Amino acid sequence: MEENYDVVVVGAGHAGCEAALAASRMGFKTVIFAINLDSIAMMPCNPNVGGTSKGHLVREIDALGGEMGKNIDKTYIQTRMLNTSKGPAVYSLRAQADKAKYHTEMKKTLENQENLDIIQGEIIDIFVEDGRVCGVKSESGIIYKCRAVVLCMGTYLKARCLYGDTIIQSGPNGLRQATELSKCLKELGITIFRFKTGTPARVDKNSIDFSKMKEQKGDDTIVPFSFENNSKDIEREQVSCYLTYTNEETHRIIRENLDRSPLYSGVIDGVGPRYCPSIEDKVVRFADKDRHQIFVEPEGEDTNEMYIQGMSSSLPADVQIAMYRTLPGLENCKIMRHAYAIEYDCIDATQLKLSLEFKNIKGLFSAGQFNGTSGYEEAAAQGIIAGINAALSLKGREPLIIDRSEGYIGVLIDDIVTKGSKEPYRMMTSRAEYRLLLRQDNADLRLTQKGYEVGLVTKERYDAFIEKKEKIEKEIKRIKKVSFGPTEEVNSLLEKNDSMPIDNGMKLTDLIKRTELTYDLLKDIDKERPELSDDIREQVNIQVKYEGYIERQMNQVEQFKKAEAKKIPENIDYSEVKGLRIEARQKLEKIRPVSIGHASRIAGISPADISMLMFHLNY
Amino acid sequence: MGIKINSDDTIAAISTAMGTGGIGIIRISGNDAFKIADKIFKNKKGNIHDLKSHTINYGHITYNDEIIDEVLVSVMKSPNTYTKEDVIEINCHGGIKSTEKVLECVLKSGARMAEPGEFTKRAFLNGRIDLSQAEAVIDIINSKNDMAHKAAVSRLDGKLSRKVKKCRENILLMLAHIEAAIDYPEHDDEMMTYDMIEKGCYDLKEEINRLLDTADTGKIIREGINTVIIGRPNVGKSSLLNYLIDEERAIVTDIPGTTRDIIKEYININGITLNIIDTAGIRETEDTIEKMGVEKSKNYAKDAELIFMMIDGSKELSDEDRKILESVRDKKKIIIVNKCDLEKKADIREIENYTDKKYIVEMSVKEDIGTEKLYEIIKEMFFAGKIFGNDDIFISSERNKQSLLKAVKYIDNVMETVENKMPEDFISMDLTEAYSALGEITGESLEEDIIDKIFSEFCLGK
Repeated sequence: MEENYDVVVVGAGHAGCEAALAASRMGFKTVIFAINLDSIAMMPCNPNVGGTSKGHLVREIDALGGEMGKNIDKTYIQTRMLNTSKGPAVYSLRAQADKAKYHTEMKKTLENQENLDIIQGEIIDIFVEDGRVCGVKSESGIIYKCRAVVLCMGTYLKARCLYGDTIIQSGPNGLRQATELSKCLKELGITIFRFKTGTPARVDKNSIDFSKMKEQKGDDTIVPFSFENNSKDIEREQVSCYLTYTNEETHRIIRENLDRSPLYSGVIDGVGPRYCPSIEDKVVRFADKDRHQIFVEPEGEDTNEMYIQGMSSSLPADVQIAMYRTLPGLENCKIMRHAYAIEYDCIDATQLKLSLEFKNIKGLFSAGQFNGTSGYEEAAAQGIIAGINAALSLKGREPLIIDRSEGYIGVLIDDIVTKGSKEPYRMMTSRAEYRLLLRQDNADLRLTQKGYEVGLVTKERYDAFIEKKEKIEKEIKRIKKVSFGPTEEVNSLLEKNDSMPIDNGMKLTDLIKRTELTYDLLKDIDKERPELSDDIREQVNIQVKYEGYIERQMNQVEQFKKAEAKKIPENIDYSEVKGLRIEARQKLEKIRPVSIGHASRIAGISPADISMLMFHLNY
Repeated sequence: MGIKINSDDTIAAISTAMGTGGIGIIRISGNDAFKIADKIFKNKKGNIHDLKSHTINYGHITYNDEIIDEVLVSVMKSPNTYTKEDVIEINCHGGIKSTEKVLECVLKSGARMAEPGEFTKRAFLNGRIDLSQAEAVIDIINSKNDMAHKAAVSRLDGKLSRKVKKCRENILLMLAHIEAAIDYPEHDDEMMTYDMIEKGCYDLKEEINRLLDTADTGKIIREGINTVIIGRPNVGKSSLLNYLIDEERAIVTDIPGTTRDIIKEYININGITLNIIDTAGIRETEDTIEKMGVEKSKNYAKDAELIFMMIDGSKELSDEDRKILESVRDKKKIIIVNKCDLEKKADIREIENYTDKKYIVEMSVKEDIGTEKLYEIIKEMFFAGKIFGNDDIFISSERNKQSLLKAVKYIDNVMETVENKMPEDFISMDLTEAYSALGEITGESLEEDIIDKIFSEFCLGK
């Protein structure tokens, strides 16, 4: 039996959902497969979306016309803006999700999407003809002919979960693993890595004494993830998280049972992420720390399960319960799901182009945790790009590539396809060179245009965006001309805000630049000021207040763009480049960078190698 | 990109410092090295092509049937040579003049005069050495005296690298603290306060400035001090020049057209090189030099780093002396009161109006009085009297100096940001830049450093 589609998406996690929605919304007949439809947009680990740099990703996905921001806005149960004292570029929006609702809402969106079919089942084979993908086969024997495939298998491939000495051949959260595709991919010449990650236990809320923990409430002001939502429209009752700590007793139990941890007994050979260490890792590596923070977070409104953040572990179940019960508030806790480590197959992402298409197979794209990343947001970010590019390739258009100066998505993808990763890759603000420009508040200004051009952003939304942009520019232009004399009104306002009174005339923009002042605080003396919305006023304030820093960063971007503009022809023969070291040649052959700038980011390529390359290309 | 590759042509140059010792070596490198050598080298064994690689062969350089010099010729076949090309080295025995003559023969036989550092450039282009090694080697080549050599060698050894690495390590630690706090807002480890960052920046700046202080010294060591002798006619300028040249054991004369356009005398005194600018040929004719009036003195003095202002001590100070003195009032100078073997008529106290007393030296070039003091003064002026030991670090490359200056600028930005109590993120921006600027010296980039540091320093993650 045969079916025909334009695009096949394998896997319906956070990457798969975005990929399938993008492709179908761009007009292509798309089908998405999940091993179990109850696992669509499942959150098998932490019950939240966003956080530092991840929140940026969600807003960028939204600006491009993706779904993650809207879905979390529908299903959040607590929201906070983090880092508000550390600078506007690192403000980070984070929301606790109702996991079940998050899944249901996303599933609903997929179900109601035109051009999109949803099918439960494992894909066991991929067909490639003349270097071009042409179909997939499901375990039920049906062949789905197609012109593009997006692989979003997450952590399912050849997965096994480890609970101490107990090893279960299963995917995350007890779901069935996918076993067949690894072999098929290897036959297609794709290099497979083995990575590892883990998740903590879920504990019954009724068994926890919250009075011994510190409560953490949500923010009073709700900031939506989606630029299309208003805070008022999504306001709702919020639930709390709680903070507690490990202690010497916890650490003693862990140390005494280390030999039973597969991590330390050598059973696990997958590479785990440093930023997601198990509790046994923390205790061993930071032996002098006498306590570690543990956050207790609700998994949803309709469940008693609480996620114990900071206690991921691969120790056996009996050790888990003993060590969890040493924590204040958890003395009588009942574990509902045990912590486990999971090992899985993923690909070496350096085999992908910046478009997330495989270099050696046309029409085959890959996104998400299967590319060696971690995190829902990282997955979704790749998913939407892979989906968009699968669709663009079918239209015969150039792929959408967001560069490092345009978005965290660009940093993420450039990093994984250029540098490769030896551990699951997590987005961090530290990875973005130009983060002052890549703020979460201006993701729409950076990317809505691109979303509109590929066809994911509606005309209506685009028009509203243009209007916002113009209003910001107009207001900045206006206030640059405003200045004040040292009048009583001006100086009393300054004094009221603990700001030095002025003796001579001063520009409004210079006052805004003062640390203690903002655009809004100076409203009363700025007589001609028009009524503007919150988001516009925020932009005006940030762009004026940090003008000097922003300009400097823009100069850096200019330098960056120069190197990016020096293109390397696709058919370059590196054996003809004089003076290249052998290892440099091998690396360049493998990564096949698109520009001089891109080449310079490959690990192990020296400035001298770049000089040789530039000479060869007459730059 | 300024790299010019002409792999087809063959280059030649004198590869030993001229005048040092009796042997001068001419190196020829390129496809035609053997062919060119064959034209001028005569020995009993026959053609260069027939000689074994990596052998030294005795014979004569002849040109137009005239024997130019008795030589030893090293034959080195590609690729196991310095440039990875065919290389010939001719060891001449006849001193400067005949070495120059042999080079001339080589050039007439089809080689092109090598640009400074071109052998090293070829070694680099042909993949024999990397960029930082190439730079250090070029500095060694360009260095004209012992101290410069020492600075270049110690850079090869990585003394500067170690200092710079230490600075980078300190920056990285600050960055890791800030970045960890940003990426893990709920983390409870003790993070750096603004006071700590300010202190850290202050220390860093001091350390980098210490390195920078050696930069000018480094330049002087490498390139020498551009010096000019001025004064009115008949005060003894040419005698001084001739005296210095005679005194010096290693005079290096530029071969016209090989390096710079101005002809200089390189005079090495106790390890310090004076590049005495031949002001329209001091030595050529007494006439020319004696015609040098106030206007000309000013002109020459303009670009000089050191001026020897000469006065005839046996005569009273003339108005012309005063005018010349006035014209170089703001320049670094040593006033030489010459002819002190004769009766002193010049008023030293008046001369003291033009400079610090310690930079006035009474001399008699003729009777060899006061020259030691002159050397002492130069040393004190440019090296604060310091004698350099083996452990000193000199920033002797302009590129490194620029990188250090950039780093200081960014650290200044950080301090300003801290002072203005701007949020952490803005600190991190300039700290990162400072880190990269220093990385230019050691050839390292940011890449994963910061992430690695964060996770090695702090226990983070869910």
